[in-house]
Amino acid sequence: MIQKQRSIRSLPKRVIGLLILSLCLQITWHHQLPPSQAKIQPLTSPPKLELLQLFSLGDPIVSAKILMLWLQAFDTQKGQFLSYQQLDYNALQQWLEQILLLDPQSQYPLSAASYSYSMVRDPHKKRQILEFIYQQFFIDPATRWRWLAHATILAKHRLKDLPLALKYAEAIAAHATPDMPYWTQEMRIFILEEMGELERVRLIIGGMLANGQITGSNEMKFLSDKLLTLEGNK
Amino acid sequence: MMKQIFTLATLVTLEALRTRFFFVIILWLLTGFGLALFIGQITVIETTAYQSSLLAAFLRLSAVYVVSLFVITSMVHEFHDKSIYLWLSLSIHRATYFLGKFSGFMVIAFITAILFGSALLLFVPYLQVGLWTLSLLCELFIIIAVSLLCVLTFHHTVQAFSAVLGFYILARSIGAMQLMTQGPLNNPQSWIDPFIYGFINLLAMLLPNLDRFTQSQWIISHTGSMDNLLEMIIQTIIYVILLIAMSLFDLYRKNL
Repeated sequence: MIQKQRSIRSLPKRVIGLLILSLCLQITWHHQLPPSQAKIQPLTSPPKLELLQLFSLGDPIVSAKILMLWLQAFDTQKGQFLSYQQLDYNALQQWLEQILLLDPQSQYPLSAASYSYSMVRDPHKKRQILEFIYQQFFIDPATRWRWLAHATILAKHRLKDLPLALKYAEAIAAHATPDMPYWTQEMRIFILEEMGELERVRLIIGGMLANGQITGSNEMKFLSDKLLTLEGNK
Repeated sequence: MMKQIFTLATLVTLEALRTRFFFVIILWLLTGFGLALFIGQITVIETTAYQSSLLAAFLRLSAVYVVSLFVITSMVHEFHDKSIYLWLSLSIHRATYFLGKFSGFMVIAFITAILFGSALLLFVPYLQVGLWTLSLLCELFIIIAVSLLCVLTFHHTVQAFSAVLGFYILARSIGAMQLMTQGPLNNPQSWIDPFIYGFINLLAMLLPNLDRFTQSQWIISHTGSMDNLLEMIIQTIIYVILLIAMSLFDLYRKNL
């Protein structure tokens, strides 16, 4: 049943006065407050893994995914964009490591490390994140090789550090599986060639052709031609 | 007896329809889809894995929340408008009354699990969705039994729902707690650590291992199997019987 409301005129004047007064007070109060300032929060170290697992309520994969999205969005705070330069890369590395421990099958943290966080200008931070990718590669080389392959390219072209690129390329070649494309094993050849280590290039190509690592006809022809060119330049 | 149980179960289902319970379920579903779309926009790789796992987690928690709250508010309403006295004044056993109510809530849980499970078909193969849905259903049966026990004990929404929430959080984290007590942080020299270790193990013994139910791993890696299902069904049967026995013990002792 709909009850008819009383007229506003029937309200006590004091109630209407109190309503208007409190509304004015609220507006005045709001205007006298200092304008809100965007205070950028630094990235702190993550909690211990046991604690993260406890708060996962038995589902660490979902926690890992939520934490990864939060970490990805950390450089955008209250409408302010942080450069990667402003991020603490030690804390960032710890967060990525914890997320990988919560969900070891996820490729997202290493993808973010390889394609986003490695774009930092500071060469020290760049080296730090590449080293993190290198360390993580050994945990599961069969699925994590692509991130180290990208790290190799960054070390070669961005950092211009050929020995570092060679270290990464050799790690991939040492843990190569039949599922990996051939070029992952051939990266070290180009790096060594650029370093002027032609004797080592000859040895590697010769070894690859001899032990039957390479089975594709195009790849074999390419490597044989390369070997012949190197022999001709000898 | 079966006819009485069926009548009570039908009344519970009618109550859900009249209080627009399923409208709320549809709203949760739409919110879940919105969340999945948003996640699809912000992820760079593994988009489907992120969408499906976060949608599944959201739907699972929503189902537990909404079904538990429905059971508790329905029973509190029953106490407040004295209809429980009316039912028990008829020639109905208390056990029949309880089982009738429980069956009705099971129907509600079944429809909820089916609706929520079907939302995942967009991202996950149907066999894994089927396993996930059955697992959610088992989880909801346990939650219904716990909610009934708590509402019969406390008679008030806030207390009963807080107890159910506490139970759920504990049951899902007890595995991690056990691992913590066995880890390097445990100091065998201290007198308190063995006590905590024993207490956690005792709790783990009394709680269902809900952290093995409705796993995101099945959604992402499609690793769910019949073994998982069998384990969950056995655990659910044992624990629901235990909770029903506890509830009946409490209900028969009440001076209604």
